[in-house]
Amino acid sequence: MDADASSRLSDFLRRSSGHTVALGLRFVASGDDWLEIALDYDRRLIADLSSGILASGPIVSAFDSGFGGVVLMCHGRLPEATLDLRIDYLRPARPAHTVSVRCECYRLTRRIGFVRGSAHDGDPAKPIAMAAGTMMLQTGDGR
Amino acid sequence: MNKVALLPYADFLGISIVGDQGGAPLLSMPFAEGLTGHPERLHGGAIAGLLEIAAIAAIDATLDDAAEARERFKPITVTIDFMRPGRPAETFACGEVIRIGARIANVAVEAWQEDPTKPIAAARMNLSIGKS
Repeated sequence: MDADASSRLSDFLRRSSGHTVALGLRFVASGDDWLEIALDYDRRLIADLSSGILASGPIVSAFDSGFGGVVLMCHGRLPEATLDLRIDYLRPARPAHTVSVRCECYRLTRRIGFVRGSAHDGDPAKPIAMAAGTMMLQTGDGR
Repeated sequence: MNKVALLPYADFLGISIVGDQGGAPLLSMPFAEGLTGHPERLHGGAIAGLLEIAAIAAIDATLDDAAEARERFKPITVTIDFMRPGRPAETFACGEVIRIGARIANVAVEAWQEDPTKPIAAARMNLSIGKS
């Protein structure tokens, strides 16, 4: 990916969404059809005070933002909306670890972007969550 | 129904319990800039966060000891359907415990804004139940 596209994606994360900014999501890397973003540990995002384990909501948000970004990369326009998301939780994220979320768009039809992703907390071989989703694409004619 | 405490993440999203519906806590998430995806539209992840927190609150409400529940109930999978755009307005959600078995709990949740018959999103969550 060229530097210009990379910086457009960084901008997308930084400016396009209040929620993305509030969570502190940041661009890490990207390729032809994939994007990686990071969710840094933050005690305001946890499920439980005693364990310090991250709530699942921020991970879903990271996937949703990442899926939007990867559709932007592959389709050229941000999605119109998310249609559905499914997240499988394989293991809890370890407290105080950054969660890395990798998203790819594996199929585009005229109206739908098919996306999938994985999240890990330091070791890509031991994912904490897997995700799949569909995004409604912006179509030029609005139909 | 016992007094249900929400996750710390609920504070981050601005969520509070505002009532009761069918024995489950009714949750409210007022609109805030920090919840937006597209301008003037709620982020799908923020809606998903509200749905998951409402689902967990619905389970907690069925138990005598909600703190113990946090130890035992772990999300396995969540499926979320987005039906209508989330406008810059207050969003409500309430879960319905479909089944609590010996090992698995299943919860359904809906989120809506002005009209509870026109949900903006719905979710189903499966949780595993650890040993008590």
